[in-house]
Amino acid sequence: MLHLIVFLIFGAVCVAGAVNLVVQTHPINSALSLVVVMGSLAVEYLLLGAEFVAAVQVIVYAGAIMVLFVFVIMLLNAGEEEHTKGSHVAWLLGVPGLLIGGVLIAWVLISRSATRTVEIGALPGPPKIIGWLLFHDFLLPFEVTSILVLIAIMGAVVLAAKPVSAKKEI
Amino acid sequence: MSITTFIIVSLIKIVIALFVLLTAVAYTVWLERKVVGHMQNRWGPTRVGPFGLLQPMADGVKFLFKEDLTPPHVHKLLYTIAPMLAVIFALTSISVIPIGNPVTIHGLVIPLQITDVNIGLLVILGITSLGVYGVALAGWSSNSKYSLLGGLRASAQMVSYEIALGLSLVSILILSGSFSLQDIVNAQSGHFWGFIPRWNIFQGQIVAFFIYLTAAYAETNRIPFDLPEAETELVAGYHTEYSAMKFAMFFMAEYANMITVACVATLLFFGGWSGPVFGPAVLRALLPVFWFLAKVFVFLFVYIWVRGTLPRFRYDQLMAFGWKFLLPLAIANLVVTALVVALKG
Repeated sequence: MLHLIVFLIFGAVCVAGAVNLVVQTHPINSALSLVVVMGSLAVEYLLLGAEFVAAVQVIVYAGAIMVLFVFVIMLLNAGEEEHTKGSHVAWLLGVPGLLIGGVLIAWVLISRSATRTVEIGALPGPPKIIGWLLFHDFLLPFEVTSILVLIAIMGAVVLAAKPVSAKKEI
Repeated sequence: MSITTFIIVSLIKIVIALFVLLTAVAYTVWLERKVVGHMQNRWGPTRVGPFGLLQPMADGVKFLFKEDLTPPHVHKLLYTIAPMLAVIFALTSISVIPIGNPVTIHGLVIPLQITDVNIGLLVILGITSLGVYGVALAGWSSNSKYSLLGGLRASAQMVSYEIALGLSLVSILILSGSFSLQDIVNAQSGHFWGFIPRWNIFQGQIVAFFIYLTAAYAETNRIPFDLPEAETELVAGYHTEYSAMKFAMFFMAEYANMITVACVATLLFFGGWSGPVFGPAVLRALLPVFWFLAKVFVFLFVYIWVRGTLPRFRYDQLMAFGWKFLLPLAIANLVVTALVVALKG
């Protein structure tokens, strides 16, 4: 019972954070709302029993990736969004359309899935099991992901490197 | 243990831990002023109370009565909550730190930590990562060039040294096989050859210890890594525009982080609360706590000693050191540890 209440509270916080992210005009507020979303997701993972995943979500996503997002926003000194002459039609059709689309997707997913409910603490929690899965059942995706990250690092280095200066005339 | 007993015991532990931690923070400031003073051949605080022991109280009253300025054009919400975030994260990490063996009172086995989660070490790393927000947001929201630069430098430094910090702790994990701090300390019990305690530092983790200590000094923005908040550099870095209680909160957060680092170093490298235990049952329960506190005190003294002795790094030297030296060294240490453990077992 208590678990259900905690789930609903943090689910509501998560959705509120996500909506706030879209609604806010200043990018720093959006970035901080995203941090709130990541934190509530970590709590939801905890409720499912995946404690290692929850901790890693906080460390990596909320604590490193979002910090770098905030960093970039601070460095670029991105100001508030300008108010463009948006159309009312977009609001009138867009928001209901989005809601209907979301409900449709959720309905299809839920009615087609094999499990109706997931118990509290259903997923494997201990890091040992996750390590085992990662290095036995999911070894190929793990290695491919590390190569993907390497490619991203190389791309970042190329983008951030100083441009090669023109050859000096002797 | 029923749920109400658990909640009541936890609340009592939280109250005691917070009270002890805040007093420790105040007296760590006193200790620093005294030690650095003596190192510089002067007395430090001596007027307020015997040996200046009531100085923290005087400082507290001063901070409460100072005018709380809010500069114009600051981002009000973030300006107000940044010091709160810093303090909250600094004080939360005490919740997974055990200070002694579990005690048994009236048949209830009470572990001497607020929660014994299986991922205690990850919780500490997570809170360290989140602590960067207090600094970054304080720097940005203050609407001042000095604050912004100080905040950016401080957060870049903290993020860079977090990696080396985490990697140095992973080699401890390999040796103890568990994230839970209680298990890590228990794995260090016993002796080699009868008298050398089986602490992780004697099990070959000396390199990891120095990496951890260096990275921790950079994480807590202490000398030799305190460029972001040095007075001669950027006025006062990210907390330039803060006064009175908000500044006191940043101060408290820094010293609480120092204490956390000292506790974690004790638990992970120096066997936590292990030490000679003798005497009647009450003494047997209290002596481990005493040994733990003694070791934490030694680490705090080393922190202050380094502060009084070393000059500070320049920013580019700092970043180069973190990325080009400490990180490869931490990875090498991890590889060697993993190799030795795999070959042995």
